[in-house]
Amino acid sequence: MGLGYLIKRVLTMVPVFFAVVTLVFFTIRFAPGGPFDEERRVPPEILENLNKKYHLDEPLYQQYFRYLGALAHFDLGPSFKHSNRTVNEIIAEAFPISFELGTYALIWALIIGLLAGGLAAYKPNSLFDYVPMSISIAGICLPTFVIGPLSILLFGLWMEWLPVAGWDDWPSKVLPSLTLGFAYAAYVSRLTRGGLMEIRNQDFIRTARAKGLKESTILIKHSLRGGLLPVVSYLGPAFAGLLSGALVTETIFNIPGLGRFFIQSALNRDYTVVMGTALLYFTLIFVCNFIVDVLYVVLDPRVRYE
Amino acid sequence: MSNTLTTTMTGTDLSMDTNLKDETGGVSLWKDAFRRLLKNKMAVIGGTFLLLEILLAIATPWIAPYDFEAQNLELWVEAPSALHWFGTDTLGRDLFTRVLYGGRISLMVGILASLVSVAIGVTYGAISGYLGGRVDSLMMRIVDVLYALPFIFLVIILMVYFGRNIYLLFVALGMTQWLTMARIVRGQVISLKEKEFVQAATSMGVRKSTIIFKHLIPNCLGPVIVFMTLTVPTVILEEAFLSFLGLGVQAPMASWGTLISNGVEVMEIRSTVLLFPAMALGLTLFSLNFLGDGLRDALDPKGAKD
Repeated sequence: MGLGYLIKRVLTMVPVFFAVVTLVFFTIRFAPGGPFDEERRVPPEILENLNKKYHLDEPLYQQYFRYLGALAHFDLGPSFKHSNRTVNEIIAEAFPISFELGTYALIWALIIGLLAGGLAAYKPNSLFDYVPMSISIAGICLPTFVIGPLSILLFGLWMEWLPVAGWDDWPSKVLPSLTLGFAYAAYVSRLTRGGLMEIRNQDFIRTARAKGLKESTILIKHSLRGGLLPVVSYLGPAFAGLLSGALVTETIFNIPGLGRFFIQSALNRDYTVVMGTALLYFTLIFVCNFIVDVLYVVLDPRVRYE
Repeated sequence: MSNTLTTTMTGTDLSMDTNLKDETGGVSLWKDAFRRLLKNKMAVIGGTFLLLEILLAIATPWIAPYDFEAQNLELWVEAPSALHWFGTDTLGRDLFTRVLYGGRISLMVGILASLVSVAIGVTYGAISGYLGGRVDSLMMRIVDVLYALPFIFLVIILMVYFGRNIYLLFVALGMTQWLTMARIVRGQVISLKEKEFVQAATSMGVRKSTIIFKHLIPNCLGPVIVFMTLTVPTVILEEAFLSFLGLGVQAPMASWGTLISNGVEVMEIRSTVLLFPAMALGLTLFSLNFLGDGLRDALDPKGAKD
């Protein structure tokens, strides 16, 4: 089967991962400015000690190899800005929140998208088709940082249905996850509709219809598996998009997730946190694309990777 | 001897050229495509809106009612009025003027960064497709690998560490969007390079680079234009995303992303500060997407519509 292909893909990712580590490491280090130049000047002795503590006084290549060595043990190093905390601790704290947000968003996207898309394909060129498809265009065109504030304005401030910030009880999780999921719901609904419409005209569907099966049975039992292929292949890139969308969503709704940490640390020049979060993102995206490829083979027996 | 050969060859070449430009009274590809485009209502509306917007952007310095930096703290977030059509922002600046100037920046970034991505993608794809063989598979393998990387994170790191320079922004955003373009052009070139006019050029000893840039690339223009109209909104979005996070265009300049981010700060007090720039960005993205879809259908009538 495609096992050889899958192994080859994992292997090609190893040099890419190294390239990314190297690229990010040197980009950050060659740039002007450092984690300890703040408005309040640190006395030179303390600065020296700080640099020594974090090995910033060593030559760059030595730091690089030190980082690689630690990385081999999954140790992402200490944070420069949050004293006494390691990057691993920060990620362990922030990642579950981002993961939860992303999962809810994806669930929203699939529920809304599949329902709307299925309905549109079930009754094409009717109101059930036009209304959701028009809304979905808005979902595709409008970015998270427009939809987010608008939904805060509408549901949070004007109607006062839902809280507008934070991440603790479930009402506070509704708006952020809907905001993040909206664009994906839009894509999923269009892909579902497109996939189902294309499959309607295939021979095996005609056969099913000739057998006298109900239209809903045809849709659910026969069309869905093939019709969902475009949706599945979209999920890989969607996940990558969810991560970057989460940057904005977490900022807007003030959620202490990984995305907000990434932005803050980038601005603070907290080298190790930026590196650690960026590497985590790369790994996640690779894993997701990989899973999607495997799913693709499972769903469509015609697909073979060589 | 070789001289006469060249002249006759050039002669045939020229006649072929005029043939391409179509003086025979038939309908050329471009005229036909334009006719099809005009039938698509949404694309025409989108195109007209964009044309208007580009004209406004060019004329902004002359038609803007106020200076875009002129502050008047007594007019803190005023409501829209006859004097200030869109109201004023947090520093008492005229929002209509700010939206006009913001559009100038957003459109400029969108177009220039797209040109960067087209330049890279077309060159890369054409070289890969034309050379073929091992070079081609290596170049395409690189593209496959890069596809898996979330570029926006790299762009964020770049913008944070190397100053928020607007030229760097063009290049960084352009770098994120060339991959699909490279694939499209490669496919086109592979099908074109076996055609007679390329063989003729090769047999005349035309240099490879000339064949690529003079003969192959101009013939890939259709798909390139279509893809570019879809790249522009993506890039505008990415720029707005960066500006929203405070990493894009820097004060006193402002893009729509910056304006939206300012609007979010005061949306509880005066929602118009958020709504007007959001609307400007939204309408532009709608128009670009409609025009892009229309162009795709017009230039590639066989292509599937999703």
